[in-house]
Amino acid sequence: MAKAMPKVDVVLVGFGWTGAILAQQLCDAGMTVLALERAAARTTPDNWATTFDQDELRYMWRHHLFQNVKYSTLTVRNNVNQTALPMRKLGSFLPGTGVGGAGIHWNAQIWRWLETDFKLKSHNEARYGKAATEGLTIQDMPLGYDELEPYYDMFDRICGTSGKAGNLKGAKQPGGNPFEGSRSADYPTPPLTLTYGPKLFEQAAAGMGLHPFTHPAGNLSEPYTNPLGLQMGKCTYCGFCEKFGCGNYSKASPQTALIPYILTKPNFELRTECEVLKVERTPDGRHATGVTYVDASGAEYFQPAEIVALTAYQLHNVHLMLVSGIGQPYDPATGQGHVGKNYCYQTMSSVDLFFEDKNLNPFIGAGALASVIDDYNGDNFDHSGLGFIGGAYIAGMITGARPIEMTRVPDGVPKWGLEWKRAVAKYYLRNMSLSVHGSSYAQAGNYLSLDPTYKDQFGRPMLRMTFDFPDNDLKMAQYCTDRAAGIGHRMGASHVHPKPRKGPWDVTPYQTTHNCGGTMMGTSPADSVVNKYSQSWDVANLFVTGAGLYPQNPGYNPTGTLAALCFLTADAIKSQYVKAPGAPLVAA
Amino acid sequence: MSRTSDRAINRRKLLALGAAFGTTAAAGAVASHDGMLGGPSRTFTNTLPWRDGLTDAPGAVAAGGWRFLNGGEVGFLTAAVDRMIPPDPTGPSASEAGVVTFLDRQLAGDYGNGAHFYLEGPWAKGVETQGYQSRYTPAQFYRHAIAAIEAAVGHAEGGKAFRDLPADRQDSLLKQMESGDLKLDGPITSKAFFTMFLQNVLEGYFSDPIYGGNKGGAAWAMIGFPGAHYDYSEWVTAYNQPIPVQPVGLRGRLDWSRS
Repeated sequence: MAKAMPKVDVVLVGFGWTGAILAQQLCDAGMTVLALERAAARTTPDNWATTFDQDELRYMWRHHLFQNVKYSTLTVRNNVNQTALPMRKLGSFLPGTGVGGAGIHWNAQIWRWLETDFKLKSHNEARYGKAATEGLTIQDMPLGYDELEPYYDMFDRICGTSGKAGNLKGAKQPGGNPFEGSRSADYPTPPLTLTYGPKLFEQAAAGMGLHPFTHPAGNLSEPYTNPLGLQMGKCTYCGFCEKFGCGNYSKASPQTALIPYILTKPNFELRTECEVLKVERTPDGRHATGVTYVDASGAEYFQPAEIVALTAYQLHNVHLMLVSGIGQPYDPATGQGHVGKNYCYQTMSSVDLFFEDKNLNPFIGAGALASVIDDYNGDNFDHSGLGFIGGAYIAGMITGARPIEMTRVPDGVPKWGLEWKRAVAKYYLRNMSLSVHGSSYAQAGNYLSLDPTYKDQFGRPMLRMTFDFPDNDLKMAQYCTDRAAGIGHRMGASHVHPKPRKGPWDVTPYQTTHNCGGTMMGTSPADSVVNKYSQSWDVANLFVTGAGLYPQNPGYNPTGTLAALCFLTADAIKSQYVKAPGAPLVAA
Repeated sequence: MSRTSDRAINRRKLLALGAAFGTTAAAGAVASHDGMLGGPSRTFTNTLPWRDGLTDAPGAVAAGGWRFLNGGEVGFLTAAVDRMIPPDPTGPSASEAGVVTFLDRQLAGDYGNGAHFYLEGPWAKGVETQGYQSRYTPAQFYRHAIAAIEAAVGHAEGGKAFRDLPADRQDSLLKQMESGDLKLDGPITSKAFFTMFLQNVLEGYFSDPIYGGNKGGAAWAMIGFPGAHYDYSEWVTAYNQPIPVQPVGLRGRLDWSRS
């Protein structure tokens, strides 16, 4: 029998970026907030200090900060005709675990969606006709860029984002992204300094009439104190950012930007090693009473709460909705139901470049250190006659050059042996890879559901992922990778090897941890799981955060937008929901 | 089905007990990185979750002897890794760099034991895009695969072991493993083994010397990687210039320790 705990105003399931944002916002509003985190508490000095952080084997290849599939995995398949099997080792994506979640080992690439990304379906159909979206189940967001802008800005202030505005209060600014929506303020800190590889990209792109700018980064270009009084240091370009923690307090993360403040709040409590099994509801199913969780000793608890917020990683939020029986699970055979629908990923391509006469010193890097163009992203270019919609940003990016992962050799060189060894020795300092970071649009056959065979360690059905790249996205990948290759030639590379993403999706090679959709937001229960305040249509005191809210994934790293949506949710809870607790914020 | 919840809860109980004993026995020994391997549940209010003596620094491997590999396996691996990364004036061979020691310590430890693999059943072959579907830990995988490879080699080469073959024959066998053309008895394909093996060889050659390979940082020196430096601020715009920093590892300057 589960032991009942004292009731709180808000229980958070998971304590990464969105859990920390809600905790900060709602504690400041005087609510009692409890965060339940399935794994350990982690801190900068204990877990990724500068004295031992630069360890590629341990953090990257032995998954030191990542979700351990031994205890938490899912099953995968490309289509409904296959039998899904467990992801037995990490590969394609690397979710986090523990306090801070994937916010510890992210690159800190901070993006906003384009104005047109918010009205993807209607915009593309208006410009290119209904046939342009055929075969895709994309849909518009229930809000626009302007409504979200103040919250994007809040996240930039929390992170201290480095960058240069391209559109300040409607006026185009030199040096920034000319395609972005209007910003209410410039970035809190100036752009990072480009190393040689990104500088070559910038020069080549500018010479081709494109619009390069320095990538917005949560790797700080100078010391910064955020509005909560938390101080961050200047990035040292150590090259151990992506897949690592930052020992220097230079990367925005829950640990650097929020948690030290939250933990000073008397109305906040964090319980670690406590895994939530289920959202509990009243007999009519319309109201969440709290959650059941199990602690490290195996004891079960019932945690009552006025508000339940699912703030875990996207995959776990969808799983919790399904195992709690909330909402109607999506069925691809009938098209009915929305929980698990519109699962999307990110269509990642690249172009490998090798130089004969240029030493790039690629080990000098940072998670978001890049010159980037947005000319071929979203609908920033004319898609007439191309046969696809969507696009990608193209980045001359050097995050570092950890040698197990990044000893690339030109195509045609064997993967081992003397020829390989000599090529590695020759090209290690003289290669880089352009990133082609493409959109991922929804189609009917891609979805998340419960697996009929495999159970997790608590006896619940595992989550099952059914995914393959839509034709639309593969065409996009080919087109944008060709554009990137053109820049590579202009940079003076002796070998230019385009690697457009090809299907079928494969769980083994690392691509990106940008899993999206499954709890998408929309305008009514007929098209979505939650409303624009991330509030469940079915259970009005249940909120769901994260990239699961996206009906499709634009060509950007997801954290900026999901963080902004979370600030919007916090505002709605504070200003509207508390006046009529348990009532929908949007009429169904 | 894979696990029952009763078993899972018992496992968590056991781990919690083990962690508690671990804490009293040796401060600093708690594996706090992925939570589910380790500590008891904790509650934090009004405090930063930092505790003295629990810094999660890595441990170095001890030199000398073999912890997992048997003599035949050492012979096979030494010969094979030196065809994958042969000796030449560019830099050390894999075995000179300590890669076989690295493999031994990895297979004897958490990696070899499958600490980050999901290995529960039911098992099915699946399709290639579903990735690793073996029921074996990496240690079991190596043990079975090397025995099967040596059996296939012995059959084709009049009873000889892989290590006794000429280099060009070893190369052609490795190529057959890479392509999967070398047929093995048992459930492990030569291609699946080679994929894991090549990755582990690269890990051993290029990882920090504390793990047993990359002796003296020689593989880093070969390519020009300065190692575990934490600050390159003054060289960010040193375009196309060599960076005059002394390579360092997690134990400091690489020439301070050669073990």
